[in-house]
Amino acid sequence: MTTATPTVGAGVQATGTPGRAARVRKRLNSRTATLVSIVIALLWTIPTFGLFISSFRPEDQIKTTGWWTFFSDPQFTLENYQEVLFSTGSSGQLASYFINSLAITIPSVLFPLAFASLAAYALAWINFKGRDWVYIAIFALQIVPLQMALVPLLKFFSTGVTVAGVQILPAWDLVDEQKFAQVWFAHTCFALPFAVFLLHNFISQLPGDLMEAARVDGATHPKIFRTIVLPLITPALAAFGIFQFLWVWNDLLVALIFAGGGDETAPLTVRLAELAGTRGNEWQRLTAGAFVSIVVPLIVFLSLQRFFVRGLLAGSVKG
Amino acid sequence: MAFARSRQALAIAGVLGLALGVTACGTGNDKKSSNASKPECAAYEKYQGHDGKKVTIYSSIRDIEADRLDQSWKQFEDCTGIDIDHEGSGEFEAQLGVRVDGGNAPDLAFIPQPGLLKRFVDSGKIKEVGADTKAMAEQNFTPDWLKYSTVNGKLYGVPLGSNVKSYVWYSPKTFKDKGWSVPTTWDELIALSDKIAASGTKPWCAGIESGDATGWPATDWIEDVLLRTQGVEVYDQWTTHGIPFNDPKVADAVDKAGTILKNEKYMNGGFGGVKSIATTSFQEAGTPITTGKCAMHRQASFYANQWPEGTKVAEDGDVFAFYFPAVDPSKGKPVLGAGEFVSAFADRPEVQAVQTYLASGEYVNSRAKIGDWLSANKKLDINNVPNPVDKLSVQILQDPKTEFRFDGSDLMPAAVGAGTFWKGMVDWINGKDTTTVLNGIEGSWK
Repeated sequence: MTTATPTVGAGVQATGTPGRAARVRKRLNSRTATLVSIVIALLWTIPTFGLFISSFRPEDQIKTTGWWTFFSDPQFTLENYQEVLFSTGSSGQLASYFINSLAITIPSVLFPLAFASLAAYALAWINFKGRDWVYIAIFALQIVPLQMALVPLLKFFSTGVTVAGVQILPAWDLVDEQKFAQVWFAHTCFALPFAVFLLHNFISQLPGDLMEAARVDGATHPKIFRTIVLPLITPALAAFGIFQFLWVWNDLLVALIFAGGGDETAPLTVRLAELAGTRGNEWQRLTAGAFVSIVVPLIVFLSLQRFFVRGLLAGSVKG
Repeated sequence: MAFARSRQALAIAGVLGLALGVTACGTGNDKKSSNASKPECAAYEKYQGHDGKKVTIYSSIRDIEADRLDQSWKQFEDCTGIDIDHEGSGEFEAQLGVRVDGGNAPDLAFIPQPGLLKRFVDSGKIKEVGADTKAMAEQNFTPDWLKYSTVNGKLYGVPLGSNVKSYVWYSPKTFKDKGWSVPTTWDELIALSDKIAASGTKPWCAGIESGDATGWPATDWIEDVLLRTQGVEVYDQWTTHGIPFNDPKVADAVDKAGTILKNEKYMNGGFGGVKSIATTSFQEAGTPITTGKCAMHRQASFYANQWPEGTKVAEDGDVFAFYFPAVDPSKGKPVLGAGEFVSAFADRPEVQAVQTYLASGEYVNSRAKIGDWLSANKKLDINNVPNPVDKLSVQILQDPKTEFRFDGSDLMPAAVGAGTFWKGMVDWINGKDTTTVLNGIEGSWK
């Protein structure tokens, strides 16, 4: 997060007059500014921190007093975690929904990455008729809210496609864990416009001399893509990968509709939403449940975050 | 390149994770086989002949209550070989519409709002119940109940569970210590409230915060009071929009509810003033009764599960409930309640068999024995109901003097009953006057 400050300063310098920009930059780098940003960061973290403390408190404590009483009257228990992770019946078992979440998320990240990088390369470096219009169409698709596509897409899976009484595509008729395929399909569809846009901007900025030199040496498009483009766009791939991973991991709506709520396919988020019980009287479980579901995105984000800022900036400057 | 290697690792991890996921899901789907010849299966003979078929059920029931459902039809599954696949979701009301429109409807749904049920009937999605199911339902339920799932003279759903909302929770222990007695008329209720208020304790506590559904506990208050001041006929006209929402009779009932809900002398024990009602969650609202900071809390029978762990719910225990008294007991005994209806989106024979079974005496007794559940089904044996509050509810529901009416906000169109009515009640608690609030709700009922 601290890397953001010099970036802002640089941006101001580029557009404003040098004298004023330098002053702003200086001010943003001062001790007071650092102190203020630390205070803001702390304030923002307090609710999460409180939730974290709460997840280790006994049920009756959570329900009657605030998390801060932990400091005057510390009572520590792992019971909440025990309950949500391993208890039998439908009150827990987050452990097994964890696998479902991974089974949904990993393909839903890899598919759009693969398709979008190929499409972006073609749109940037292969000359064909109507290329700009295809790009504009994909760009425009970004503004379609996915909620509009839910019912049509569900119909597409359950009844197939029929035009004027003629069955063009059959129904998918998937049961139980086969429904993962529907979720992958849906997430890939919804991710592609943004992925193509982001990667296209990145790929089109690569120096044309590189491609020309490769072509002179006799490299074909697949060869160029594999040996030159892919290694160069890894920051963008990683940035989009994190983005898509977090979005899919935290998604409730798409999974609820296309995977259903059965224990074969439902991801963590669906389970988490039901954890509190029919009338919400077991909400103390949500504290521990939230932290169980946070672990994986945290690991992914922290291990790949250095690409995140770099990749996003590189892709967006031109657009 | 270091990054190329780590990307390779990522890909391997991905493939591994996928493989693990698939194998984890591949196991544990054993085929059910019918044990029709066993002696305990004699009762299920009429549902035989659908061995190996699967029926999907969608409902808003989840967590421990969903486990109990699975347990309640276990024997039926073993004997008939029908596999019942139940799925509960907190987003049931919204999701059901999406699934039905998307051609992915469940076989059966437990619909808690007659208003929603009618909407699906109007769009031709719900199938009329079969002849066997209809006979079973008419035998086991009063016409009062069946009318909520009847559209144009045809039956589209059978009632399942029920709850009774006309309850005031109190502490038998505190009442005994202080020498207070349970009121049986409205006047006694007010006299008791004044007495408790004079002793320095706030007599009532309430809370209407409930996430997206904030406001619903207050709508129950209004409905209960309207049933008592005007009787069931006016109530029926009101819920079907036969009289406007802001009719003077309704305004009168709202004001009467206000003499308790918006009375600073009465409210809000353990939490603060009247305005704290809007920010107190309904799950916690009755808790001050256990600490003596509040004496009475009007809430439905299902509130029995909300008390802190270790609270004894019984007539001689820490908390119990009494019937919310009528204004004029000679005019009958109106009871506000709710429940869910089993409606079918498919008419395959095994779906009808399950629907019939859910309306039968065998089913309700099997479910009631597991606990925390009751039904208006006439075949329900009160001795099979373990919980004292549920016992009282069954007595009330089976009492011939009882005039049962369904929760009005579930009968109205969703935009009103689950929208402006809820929000209007929040404004009303926060100080808006009755006329403005009721006019606003009436204006939203198109």
